[in-house]
Amino acid sequence: MPIDVAAHVIANRRLSSDYNVVALEAPAIAAAAAPGQFVMVKAGAGLDPLLRRPFSVFEIMRDAHGAATALTILSKRIGPSTALIYDARPGQRFDCLGPLGRPFTPVDPPADAWMVAGGVGLAPFATLAQALHTRGVTSTLFYGARCAAELFYLDFFRALRVDLALTTEDGSAGERGRVVAPLERALASRAASSAVMLYACGPEGMLAATARIAMKYSRPCQVSVERIMGCGLGGCYSCVVPMRAADGGFHHVRSCIAGPVLAADRIVWDT
Amino acid sequence: MDLSVRIGSLILKNPLIAASGCFGYGVEYADLIDLASLGGIVSKGLFLKEREGHPAPRIVETPAGMLNAIGLQGIGARRFVDEKLPELRARGATVIVNVCGTTLDEYVEVSRVLSEAEGVAALELNISCPNIKEGGIQFGCSLNGTFDVVSAVRKVTTLPLIPKLTPNVTDVASFARAAEEAGADAVSLVNTFLAMVLDVETRRPRISNVVGGLSGPAIRPIAVRMVYECRQTVKIPIIGMGGIADARDAIEFMIAGADAVQVGTANFVDPLIWSKLLDGIGDYMRRHSLARIADLVGTVDTREKDKEWISS
Repeated sequence: MPIDVAAHVIANRRLSSDYNVVALEAPAIAAAAAPGQFVMVKAGAGLDPLLRRPFSVFEIMRDAHGAATALTILSKRIGPSTALIYDARPGQRFDCLGPLGRPFTPVDPPADAWMVAGGVGLAPFATLAQALHTRGVTSTLFYGARCAAELFYLDFFRALRVDLALTTEDGSAGERGRVVAPLERALASRAASSAVMLYACGPEGMLAATARIAMKYSRPCQVSVERIMGCGLGGCYSCVVPMRAADGGFHHVRSCIAGPVLAADRIVWDT
Repeated sequence: MDLSVRIGSLILKNPLIAASGCFGYGVEYADLIDLASLGGIVSKGLFLKEREGHPAPRIVETPAGMLNAIGLQGIGARRFVDEKLPELRARGATVIVNVCGTTLDEYVEVSRVLSEAEGVAALELNISCPNIKEGGIQFGCSLNGTFDVVSAVRKVTTLPLIPKLTPNVTDVASFARAAEEAGADAVSLVNTFLAMVLDVETRRPRISNVVGGLSGPAIRPIAVRMVYECRQTVKIPIIGMGGIADARDAIEFMIAGADAVQVGTANFVDPLIWSKLLDGIGDYMRRHSLARIADLVGTVDTREKDKEWISS
């Protein structure tokens, strides 16, 4: 059951001119959150911006005894709400509702886990990588960004023994180009008999390409979709995704409660 | 303090109602709030059959408001009765169902299905959705259409009948009168205002349906005015809505003439708003020595003010 708290901003760490990580004092939400779940955050108290915005739970912060004390969100400044989040100051309070949505289903060994992240789509993978590490799953993160300065938290993932396959659009780090290129090569060279689960989060085109490649190589793939959301609770029907129906047609499902993690092969991709 | 309000034969325990399209089928909120603590909840609009609605993006935020064109995605009246109504009844919710139709016959048939079900408290007739191609607002933008739909449904139901009016007309009060003359027990208003938001960089509309309905605090003063106009025109109860975001807003609508109010967009911002609204209304009643909330309805003081203080 989701919890709503007026969470203190504990810290705001700017990662670049657009990206930042805000820590919110919401221990009950942090304790309950599973990898892939999200929170609805309202930055600012007034009527403009009016609505909350959805953010993946990025990290769970814990005290010396392992108890959850806070959660963080990874934000990219693209509009009024994310501008307020970029400018967040410790001591401010942001309304924070969560945890919401259906989480990733982590695999167990001997299956490997391959995470595919584009840009701010890195957000759900910090907690997933931890869960996979705890289960002893061998993990790889395929991570694409515009440039080297926008590849974040690499040491975090290395500390969890996650293999990194990095791409940048300008070639300033890793391979030049899109993240699906090394993903497809890796799938092509992997024995069909060895199990691997794909997890993807990022721009719609990247998700669609990942879904196509997963189907081509007959690999299961869980995608975390991002839609414009009104409420996060299933009330407004704004965040729908077309999913294949048994009769060959499609059905609009609410990504806030049926997702945000959905089976890639059931989504009707329009790109 | 008596918070109860009467809508036709229906008595609501308080004047706060969750607005259609802003509260799913109600069951989505059942674990978060006590559904029985609300005066009522209005379901998403229901046709006879399932509808998938418009593609995303379906909403875009605007200054102090939002634009939506969901396209009345819904599971249809029969599935609602089978799949949602039992839980709503078990939770003690007062269930008002929003009835849609593309034809007059469909309004009648949906109303008949819902009237035969156990646990429906009232019907809200959606003759005002701006986002579908056929039906709905076509009836709600014509006085004859409004009269005909309400009259036809009136013949097949004894449930309180509440046509929901569109603000996208010149004189909303004349539509309230048409509804009253056709046998409506109450009217609810306003539905959303037709509006449009463009991305000037790409020149593309920000929602897939190109145009949509504007809601939220931005529209509240217009909605209050429309409730006030209807109050001058009809005797039947009025359920007011349009941008209510706190208790003062709800009280403003009631002073203007609303017997009860609906809250929609603000529920997205704060799903726990209901107890705050109730507390705020109770506080107001204490401060103003009001024993019955019904005594507040339609009490706008428009007497000419003593002009001494502005003379010279």
